[in-house]
Amino acid sequence: MEQFEQETVTNLPRAEPTTRQQVPLPGAAAPLSSEHVFDIRNTSVYYGSFRAVTDVSLTIYEHEITAFIGPSGCGKTTVLRSLNRMNDLVVGARVEGDIRYRGEPLYSKDVSPIAVRRRIGMVFQKPNPFPKSIYDNVAYGPRINGIHNKAKLNEIVERSLRQAALWDEVKDRLGKSGLSLSGGQAQRLCIARTLAVEPDVVLMDEPASALDPIATGAIEDLMQEIKQRYTIVIVTHNMQQATRVSDRTAFYSVLINPESDVRTGVLVEYAPTAQLFGDPHDDRTKAYVSGRMG
Amino acid sequence: MTAVTAGPQKVDLHEAKGWRRTKNRIMTTLFVTSFVLVIIPLGFVLFTTIAKGASVISWQFLTSGPIPPNVSPASEGGMGPAVLGTIEITAVATALAVPLGILGAIYLNEYGGRGWLAAFLGFMSDVMTGVPSIVMGLFLFSIWVLHFGFSGFAGALALACLMLPIVIRSSYEMLRLVPDSLREGSYALGATKSRVTVTVVLPAAIGGIVSGALLAVARAAGETAPLLFTILTVTAANPNVFHGPNTSLPSQIFANASSPYVGAQDRGWGAALTLIAICFILMIAARIVTARFARYSH
Repeated sequence: MEQFEQETVTNLPRAEPTTRQQVPLPGAAAPLSSEHVFDIRNTSVYYGSFRAVTDVSLTIYEHEITAFIGPSGCGKTTVLRSLNRMNDLVVGARVEGDIRYRGEPLYSKDVSPIAVRRRIGMVFQKPNPFPKSIYDNVAYGPRINGIHNKAKLNEIVERSLRQAALWDEVKDRLGKSGLSLSGGQAQRLCIARTLAVEPDVVLMDEPASALDPIATGAIEDLMQEIKQRYTIVIVTHNMQQATRVSDRTAFYSVLINPESDVRTGVLVEYAPTAQLFGDPHDDRTKAYVSGRMG
Repeated sequence: MTAVTAGPQKVDLHEAKGWRRTKNRIMTTLFVTSFVLVIIPLGFVLFTTIAKGASVISWQFLTSGPIPPNVSPASEGGMGPAVLGTIEITAVATALAVPLGILGAIYLNEYGGRGWLAAFLGFMSDVMTGVPSIVMGLFLFSIWVLHFGFSGFAGALALACLMLPIVIRSSYEMLRLVPDSLREGSYALGATKSRVTVTVVLPAAIGGIVSGALLAVARAAGETAPLLFTILTVTAANPNVFHGPNTSLPSQIFANASSPYVGAQDRGWGAALTLIAICFILMIAARIVTARFARYSH
């Protein structure tokens, strides 16, 4: 199993045209690169003594959308949150193994989680706009980074809101509270807030799970547009969404210890999306993607 | 087909009789009665104070001084020194206790975590809430007044000690209500802990914090016991809060109300009404300020 994953991960035919064509992407003119953004090797994440997910090894490539799918409790969100050290905020959380971000060990002692998160942004499952104006929500990140020039901020706010496909809806009420927006708008505001700091990577934790199909569609289109500039990792429960938006998909599953009933997440298979859904190698993946829960 | 009964079936939308309805009515009656019972003493206090105090209130009463001797009639002199003293002393106490209390609450909720120090400080702060106010007065008398003499500042210190645990507790509860998703949103943008606290957590909780702080201010403004041993309750105005004996409305109410002279008693009522009015104005001002701070919270 371990052997197989390593193979899938490292011997992937990079920039292989047929793979990409199988997933028709609107405006998929992203420059193909084989640049590794994350190298995750034999990583396990613990909460206290509870091992939430184990034996994760995969590589995330630049300017691609990588989807994490799998049943509840399989550790996909946990892995996602360990990529920008958000798990540091959880008391007792601990990462074992090797996670490298552009070659740098992410959990090295001298790495500042603040610096990590400035380059690796995150959009959460529930929209969490700050109780501030729409403008101040988007300008929050740039201000943290020391940008206070009014004209520069205006420009960043407009650009970010345009990127998040929200500008036309809010341009006349930038001074209104971010909490006055509907669910889909609030989530796009949160995306704009993340893009405003021009991160290298955007992590998305089920960003559309609370949204209706139209808002979901808007966010999926948006992901396709921004992936030319950003690397995106998305956790989703929605397999159709994974096939629609992602270039590569990682399928996680749950191992249940029959004696102690302890559940541990594992990475089962990682492949280009078309291959994972069209020709899965693992029986568990096959069962899951064909709708028969494994 | 078989004959269908004419017209739609009749539905009964009346409230069903029975224990459920009775229970609902009993509870409603109970709540209304409790509310009325609570409001009676409050209304009575307000009514009596206005009835007896309103006649003495005038611009001269509020501003002029010194406070005349007890034997003089109510039309002479005024409570100016006490109004000034109350404002001075309460303002200084607020300036000492509110920032300190909010910072303490931030430590307890944001920084202390589940450590022993935070648990210990939280517990001690709760214990401090129960300390009788006269004990606080004596405490300040022994550690401050005996060395530096009577002053408005000594009274402010005593009041600040009383306010501190109230501010800590109420601010702490408000900070706890701020959802973690907001903190995470800020951290995910690369904010430091202090930045998260100052720019996201505090603004989200500010409405409740101001309300809590204000209750503490109102409580302090009406305290008599801690001032008995700290400001000496004189009759002349003392604009210097840091030096020399001072006076305050509660102290004057105490001094005048216990006097046998009608004029002094009337001045006591007037002072009581003035104190209530000051607290009332403070409350309204704080509501306005809070609404301004919280304009993005909904």
